[in-house]
Amino acid sequence: MIELEGLTKRYGEKLAVNNLTFTVRPGMVTGFLGPNGAGKSTTMRMMLGLDRPTAGDVRIDGRHYDHLKDPLRYIGALLDAKAMHGGRSAFNHLLCLAQSNGIPRRRVAEVLDTVGLTAVARKKAKGFSLGMGQRLGIAGALLGDPRILMFDEPVNGLDPEGIHWIRNLMKSLAAQGRTVFVSSHLMSEMALTADHLVVIGQGRLLADTSMADFIERNSRSYIRIRSPQRERLLDVLHEEGVTVIESGSGALEVDGGKAEQIGELAAQHQIVLHELSPQQASLEEAFMQLTAGAVEYHAHADTPLETRFDTPFETRPQRQHWGEDWKRR
Amino acid sequence: MAAMQVVRSEWTKIRSVASTVWTLSLAVVVTIALGMLISALTRHEFDKMSRQDRLTFDPTFISFAGMSLGQLAMIVFGVLVVSNEYSTGMIRTSLAAVPQRGTFLFSKIAVATGLALVVAMATSFVAFFLGQAMLGSHRASIGDPHVLRAVIGGGIYMTLIAVFSMGVAAMLRSPMLSLGILMPFFFLISNILGNVDATKKIGRFLPDQAGSKIMQVVPRIDEDTPYGPWGGLGIMVLWAVAALAGGYALLKKRDA
Repeated sequence: MIELEGLTKRYGEKLAVNNLTFTVRPGMVTGFLGPNGAGKSTTMRMMLGLDRPTAGDVRIDGRHYDHLKDPLRYIGALLDAKAMHGGRSAFNHLLCLAQSNGIPRRRVAEVLDTVGLTAVARKKAKGFSLGMGQRLGIAGALLGDPRILMFDEPVNGLDPEGIHWIRNLMKSLAAQGRTVFVSSHLMSEMALTADHLVVIGQGRLLADTSMADFIERNSRSYIRIRSPQRERLLDVLHEEGVTVIESGSGALEVDGGKAEQIGELAAQHQIVLHELSPQQASLEEAFMQLTAGAVEYHAHADTPLETRFDTPFETRPQRQHWGEDWKRR
Repeated sequence: MAAMQVVRSEWTKIRSVASTVWTLSLAVVVTIALGMLISALTRHEFDKMSRQDRLTFDPTFISFAGMSLGQLAMIVFGVLVVSNEYSTGMIRTSLAAVPQRGTFLFSKIAVATGLALVVAMATSFVAFFLGQAMLGSHRASIGDPHVLRAVIGGGIYMTLIAVFSMGVAAMLRSPMLSLGILMPFFFLISNILGNVDATKKIGRFLPDQAGSKIMQVVPRIDEDTPYGPWGGLGIMVLWAVAALAGGYALLKKRDA
């Protein structure tokens, strides 16, 4: 279990991570989602005691990271696939990590086998492809057989086979009761692997919710209608008090209505329909909406908070003053 | 014991990269070969030397002449051992494995210093014996007064050069920046400061000038240095300790 309490990191004027409080629970994959530059990597580095928080606290199973004896046995992390000496062989890279935490030498061969690098164990890491480097990083994370695993953008640069392998690995690690915390900037990737979702934008918590809840709350459902008698249909719908959005392609969209209701209405007025289909906005769209909220809020900091957020989020962003540089990005 | 685990890990790290082998080999070869060459040349020139130069002729010190270049390879060794962690990004992996930063840094320094000491001591003895062989009839013997002290001191001197470089690299992190400061400093600036009259008094408290006093057996005629051979080595130790303390303080404070 990883607990964050008011975690904050400030670089000069810029707040990279702002007052994050959430808990990563065991037995499931927790997705850590946010656009590039949202503060995901900074948060993860603070979890590992690499960066010092400006304020707040992170605890791993109730303890600070630097108070863990042999930390690789508690928590294994893949932060950056290139965080290794290219001149060292894969075997020696893992061996020096194992020795520093009193992990027996045979574990090195075991994890190399798990990630499928046995054949290149004696090869220097600088000759590795990005995917192989990623696998070696994951081998390092698995070395101490830890209860907690943390991966920063693990599918970046992987081929489809590698992506498939990582997804299954994460799921099986969680199924063994381990805590799996994985970051990504791709909602679609998270939708396939994560059970729980923590979303941040501008270093601030935007959502901390189960995947199923997130999908239900944040994906807009609407009904798409096409008709050759578009103008008449619009009149009829207006008379009934139904709000219609005219979408670009000539179709009409009705938010939150029922297809049956609209179909019957059209039949009563003898309007021909070419399409009547319930639609669900994609998760990627929902994610964009969620994080775009933070950006928009930024640009118009003087407008009242209530009008800016009309979607119900698990955690509403607090009104706070933000670094101005975001606007210019 | 946790520190022993980290020492073993650092030993694996140091023996598994090529830069360790080539920097140390270079230090050995350059120090010995250049020392032999200069010793051989000195033998041929001896009769042409002034009377004063002949009176203060120091065969032991001459055989260590190669250290002026060999120490540069020791600097590269010291710098790379520490700054490799930063330039490759390994530091984040290392500190995630060993979050006790003091244990991490000093285990690394201990391993690298131990290895440097073994190599430097062997180099110093070999440079002495081969240098003396080149000097022929002008040679010193290891049994002569103060000669053994000078030879052992030569090994310690080269080790301390490496240790000082490790401390500087721990502070600066970048290998290029560290080498860009240390190499010209020890090869040029220190010599200039030590030979210009105006700066002589300060120059002799620099690490290399103070430390190299231990390798002198025959004092110079106008000798007015305010410290002896061990005093000089002590000054060099203080420099190395200060560099390491600075490196530790910054590592402790900084984000990795």
